[in-house]
Amino acid sequence: MNVSWHIRGGRIIDPANGIDRTADLLVLDGRIAGPAQPVPPGVAEIDAQGLWVVPGLTDMHVHLREPGEEYKEDILSGTRAAAAGGFTGVACMPNTRPVNDSATVTAMIVARAAAASARVYPVGAISLGSEGTHLAEFGEMRDAGIVAVSDDGRPVRDSQLMRRALEYASDFGLPIISHSEEAALSTGVMHEGPVATRLGLKGIPAAAEAIMVYREIALAELTGARVHIAHVSTAMAVDLIRTAKSRGVPVTAESAPHYFTLIDEAVSGYDTATKMNPPLRSAADREAIRQALADGTLDAVATDHAPHSILEKEVEFDLAANGIIGLETALPLTLALVRDHVIDERRLVELLAVNPAAILGLAAGTLSPGAAADITLIDPERRFVYTADQIVSKSRNTPFLDWTLQGRAVLTMVGGAIRHTLLAA
Amino acid sequence: MATGTTFAHRHILGMEQLSREDIVHILATADSFKEISTRSIKKVPTLRGHTIINLFFEPSTRTRLSFEVAAKRMSADTFNISPSTSSTTKGETLADTARNISAMHPDIIIIRHSCSGAPLFLTRYVQAAVINAGDGAHEHPSQGLLDLMTVKEHRATLSGLKIAIVGDIAHSRVARSDIIGFTRMGSEVYIYGPATLIPKGINQLGATLCASLEDAVRDADVVMTLRIQRERQNDPLLPSLREYSRQFGISRHILSLARPDALVMHPGPVNRGVELPPEVADGPQSVILDQVTNGVAVRMALLYLVMGNS
Repeated sequence: MNVSWHIRGGRIIDPANGIDRTADLLVLDGRIAGPAQPVPPGVAEIDAQGLWVVPGLTDMHVHLREPGEEYKEDILSGTRAAAAGGFTGVACMPNTRPVNDSATVTAMIVARAAAASARVYPVGAISLGSEGTHLAEFGEMRDAGIVAVSDDGRPVRDSQLMRRALEYASDFGLPIISHSEEAALSTGVMHEGPVATRLGLKGIPAAAEAIMVYREIALAELTGARVHIAHVSTAMAVDLIRTAKSRGVPVTAESAPHYFTLIDEAVSGYDTATKMNPPLRSAADREAIRQALADGTLDAVATDHAPHSILEKEVEFDLAANGIIGLETALPLTLALVRDHVIDERRLVELLAVNPAAILGLAAGTLSPGAAADITLIDPERRFVYTADQIVSKSRNTPFLDWTLQGRAVLTMVGGAIRHTLLAA
Repeated sequence: MATGTTFAHRHILGMEQLSREDIVHILATADSFKEISTRSIKKVPTLRGHTIINLFFEPSTRTRLSFEVAAKRMSADTFNISPSTSSTTKGETLADTARNISAMHPDIIIIRHSCSGAPLFLTRYVQAAVINAGDGAHEHPSQGLLDLMTVKEHRATLSGLKIAIVGDIAHSRVARSDIIGFTRMGSEVYIYGPATLIPKGINQLGATLCASLEDAVRDADVVMTLRIQRERQNDPLLPSLREYSRQFGISRHILSLARPDALVMHPGPVNRGVELPPEVADGPQSVILDQVTNGVAVRMALLYLVMGNS
């Protein structure tokens, strides 16, 4: 496979190196070449005029469903969806069957990922089986390839266990990714508020998130260990994180495109593609998320890509599984924030590429000479209708079905190898 | 019918979808059918040859019976199915049940389900008209309509009244249908109950949340009480029914704050001595049994109108 390219005339946006200019970019043998390096004869050209050339995007929060639920997604299909959406790397959550709570499962994922269309960074479980009682072996899993630990989907109830997990993870340089949710308050199926009342659906209050976010902040402050808050959905949580950061607590956080795009009103038709956890929140929450992405309170955009089949979704709203797919819609939905002047282009690249890589300690998110050539080419103007027949993921559970989206990854390159392209040959 | 208006609804999923004109039309139709139930031969041929399926996923005595009586008085063929919904005995999905029933070509499916939105879900899988007989905590439109009919019979109008609704608003589909229905007809709805049973944002449905039971009931034309459960799925809502009856029940003293001719209503089944003491439930102001009688007429009207629109 050819892994040398001369990418001509694109707008290179590389925040890690303070670059935003129109220039050529040379890739040699799968790595970024220096600007002074001569172009060897025979290197294929890619015409990037009118396109943005950015470090490959990293989605730090996806569910690839393998092992155990391959009918929803697997490592190969999920990474094909990632590449189609412009992502060169994904961090996959451990709530598979079995749970990724051991080096054996991690090694299996890493082995399967050798043939994947994007880099796969496994996240190990905090507790055995994510049952919240015994710590998993972080060191063994790190040696097998995990980049973080999380009991995503099964929030850690026991505060002492969380404290010990933070302390122990810091021994291995692993961040803890917290699904912050107070379980006793979270027995509902959508955001608690007037819309839930009108629909007669049981609510999940914003306080359920805020209480646990504050616990994680307090424990990070106590232990000095790093904590990363997953899928922030509420203004209350944003305020807590902002205040914590201002006093130097080692906390980072992400939100997902659906939280800065949709609100609870979208649930009105009982469409199970609008059911996720945390739930779609109020308009005020959405505004707070948008501001927090702009001002640095939130560090990353991650999709929480959660494939489910019609078995889990073609049912009554109360009975439907939580989650939506997101890899193929994240970039255009984030580009909408640029068009709305909420963030600028540089900030978009930070949120989708630079910061997720930094939080997970990955050698990615940069176009520095010598770095692996993980590159995404974006056409910010290109419009497309996201129809069911063009979904790359195995599952179709998305509230953005048939939306007209603007801005798209037109080429995704991993280590110099093209994994997705919409450009003419 | 009486108003000469056309009825545009294929399905009856909630009071939310009904305009003021729709409600007037339904009540007038129900009024004209009410007399049938007083004849010695309580049967008209209107829906002869039509198949109506009562699909009740939740236990119900009076609503199911009321729909069945209504259908039989219209000469429809009725069938009752009560699939189990407990997760431990979960078998067929609702979509599959719907497809199978639809393959038998019923004309109307009446559904009661514990999940809000289930009737709307059903409409996507069947050809038949769907009538919601209560979905989760969402709506119970035929109950809302029979409540309107009952009040209208006694007050001659549905505008400018003060309607007090007291009790478990949070888990009540009747509360939602009544709030929407009475406000749409030009009355004002005042609600009160323990804060554990008041859902967030209920005022956005058009109701006024009161600070005390006295405020809710004072000068009311109608005092509607809702059935109470002490605990739901380990959610501690109330310490005891005894305390509820003393702090939130409609005693004779509380009722005396309402208009002297105020109507006492309850969608049933009444927890005697909890929401209402027996002397109020059975007292001269109670129209609880009128509600039941009118339920048959309203349901006859709904069956007739949705069939007329098929």
